[in-house]
Amino acid sequence: MSILNNLINGISLGSVYAIIALGYTMVYGIAKMLNFAHGDVIMVGAYVCFFATGQFGLPPLAGVLLAMVVCTVLGMVIERLAYKPLRQSASLAVLITAIGVSYFLQNSALLLWKSDPKVFTSVVGTGSVKLFGGELTITHVAIVTVLACVVIMLALTWFTGRTKMGKAMRACSEDKAAAQLMGIDVDRTISMTFAIGSALAAIAGVLLCSTYPSLMPTTGSLPGIKAFTAAVFGGIGSIPGAMLGGILLGIIEIFAKAFNTNISDAVVFAVLIVVLLVKPTGLLGKAVREKV
Amino acid sequence: MKMNRALSLALAGALGLSLLAGCGGGSTSTPAPAETGSAETTPAETGSASGVIKIGGIGPLTGSAAVYGLATKQGAEVAVNEINALGGLQFELDFQDDEGDAEKAVNAYNALIGDGAQIIYGCTTTTPCVAVAAETNAARYFQLTPSASSTDVTAGRDNVFQVCFTDPNQGITAANYIKDNGLGTKVAVIYNNGDAYSTGIYNAFQAQADEIGLEIVSVTTFPDDTNTDFTVQLGEAQKAGADLVFLPIYYTPTSLILNQAKTMDYAPVFFGCDGMDGILDLEGFDTSLAEGLMLMTPFNAWGEDERTVTFVTEYQEAYGGIPNQFAADGYDCMYAIYEACQAAGITADMSAQDICEALIAQFTAADFSVDGLTGTGMTWSTSGEVSKAPVVVKVEGGVYVTQ
Repeated sequence: MSILNNLINGISLGSVYAIIALGYTMVYGIAKMLNFAHGDVIMVGAYVCFFATGQFGLPPLAGVLLAMVVCTVLGMVIERLAYKPLRQSASLAVLITAIGVSYFLQNSALLLWKSDPKVFTSVVGTGSVKLFGGELTITHVAIVTVLACVVIMLALTWFTGRTKMGKAMRACSEDKAAAQLMGIDVDRTISMTFAIGSALAAIAGVLLCSTYPSLMPTTGSLPGIKAFTAAVFGGIGSIPGAMLGGILLGIIEIFAKAFNTNISDAVVFAVLIVVLLVKPTGLLGKAVREKV
Repeated sequence: MKMNRALSLALAGALGLSLLAGCGGGSTSTPAPAETGSAETTPAETGSASGVIKIGGIGPLTGSAAVYGLATKQGAEVAVNEINALGGLQFELDFQDDEGDAEKAVNAYNALIGDGAQIIYGCTTTTPCVAVAAETNAARYFQLTPSASSTDVTAGRDNVFQVCFTDPNQGITAANYIKDNGLGTKVAVIYNNGDAYSTGIYNAFQAQADEIGLEIVSVTTFPDDTNTDFTVQLGEAQKAGADLVFLPIYYTPTSLILNQAKTMDYAPVFFGCDGMDGILDLEGFDTSLAEGLMLMTPFNAWGEDERTVTFVTEYQEAYGGIPNQFAADGYDCMYAIYEACQAAGITADMSAQDICEALIAQFTAADFSVDGLTGTGMTWSTSGEVSKAPVVVKVEGGVYVTQ
């Protein structure tokens, strides 16, 4: 039964990684940049929801929506101020800027909300479903997280595949210059991508903190890095890949811990290295020639 | 309508004030030395003649450990005000920020002795304290730390003393207490193997448990205080049938462990060390989760003895909020120095080096003991470690109850 419990915990942890990884993969797939500030947008989203529901007494759903709005605006502002001026620069310059933005957000949060951790009140309550006479526990948060993850993945697949904006995004992803010649507003498309990615970050932040209710300015950084790993694992740029990578990473992490808590992270990354050696583009990644 | 506007104005005013107050906490450390510096250049001789001993304090007032640094600063200030009100020997405390960083702590130390500090109080956290201890030992300044608990702080340095328990001491005391009071027969340990404090306590706990025959059925670790998932660690403890889980860790991961244990319907006795103090003050924390939690802390702010009540009241009036053990450690540091100075006949015109030798002799003297908030009859060994009885508290109804 402990194997089944570990599996469920792994899927629950993995779904959080998956939602964060979806944001990474969207932005990478379309803007071809690694937005390392993504993890910190998650943190901002969680803080917004924390204050909205805690201090202003809004219902949980309104808190989540408010967090999504704030993060969307934040994401678009970051893109406009920090990344857009560097669109023609070397990709390394954008990467370093993203790390700078990440530090900026973390330190602003430290200044605004102080370093002492806050305990996040779960937006879906603390209940759980018990099976097999209480031997197997599935929390409501885990169920909601997995559902949210699947819904978001399906919605994003539909959006990029069927809608006009989604097609524009894919066009930008393939060739920005050609897309512009075809009359696609590349700047607007990329801005839209950041808006969607950041709204997802807000949802991820709320679900992350509902599962693990400890909120501080560095809350987003480690899950952000793990989710980035998950996105690479699943094949960065691929939407189903991000989800698969996230969930697998969560499961591997929990089982590695059950195997030996001292070396769990080492096991996780060893698995990643093996996968990337065998399949360098990640599990579901397409082999495209990289233009750097 | 008018009422509303008045109210909102008042609220805005309060917000503005609180912002200013927030800034004040961080920035007082910067202007303070300037003020004392200028005040001291001319009347330096008069200052000494009237008997003001200058104490230089070091600790994190900003950064992630600011909670601890501010507490040690404010607790000490309460004591200094009390001592100065007694007449007699006068203290002046200049407290500098080290941001929890070793290099900045040494810079702060140099600035303090440049300003004429005669005794060093600090540092709050271990790593900076080790760095400063090397300096004070070479330059012969007496140093007393409220809360740096590693044995690395005092090892080989006759001039450095601690008011807090050492890490190994906590591990040994915890094992003995659990065994003697029959709190648990099968013990699980979850500790942070990336942290010297946590590992230090665990190693001593394990060694002592082996010696006294306390059965440890499960030992699991986590790598970092940002770790959030403890289901596996708790699952192993539950599977091994542990009826007590020993947590030599800080309060942030503890809050997550308590939450996840509740989801799993796992309710052993949770037993922690002084790093767990502060868990009840966590913003948004459901204190019912901590019901029955036991921890060793030298100070109980809800204690009913007169001295504790006076200290808590004075602290609340001056800074707001309930003082934690770090504040009480700071308070005790000032009184330990005060009583040692009096017993050794130290005067403000003595050099820092003379004061250092006199205080070392006094602290290690067989008949010297200090009664403080964190223990009665505190004595010090030549290694600089304090000896006092541990206090175990249990959380009942959202407050500590001394056992």
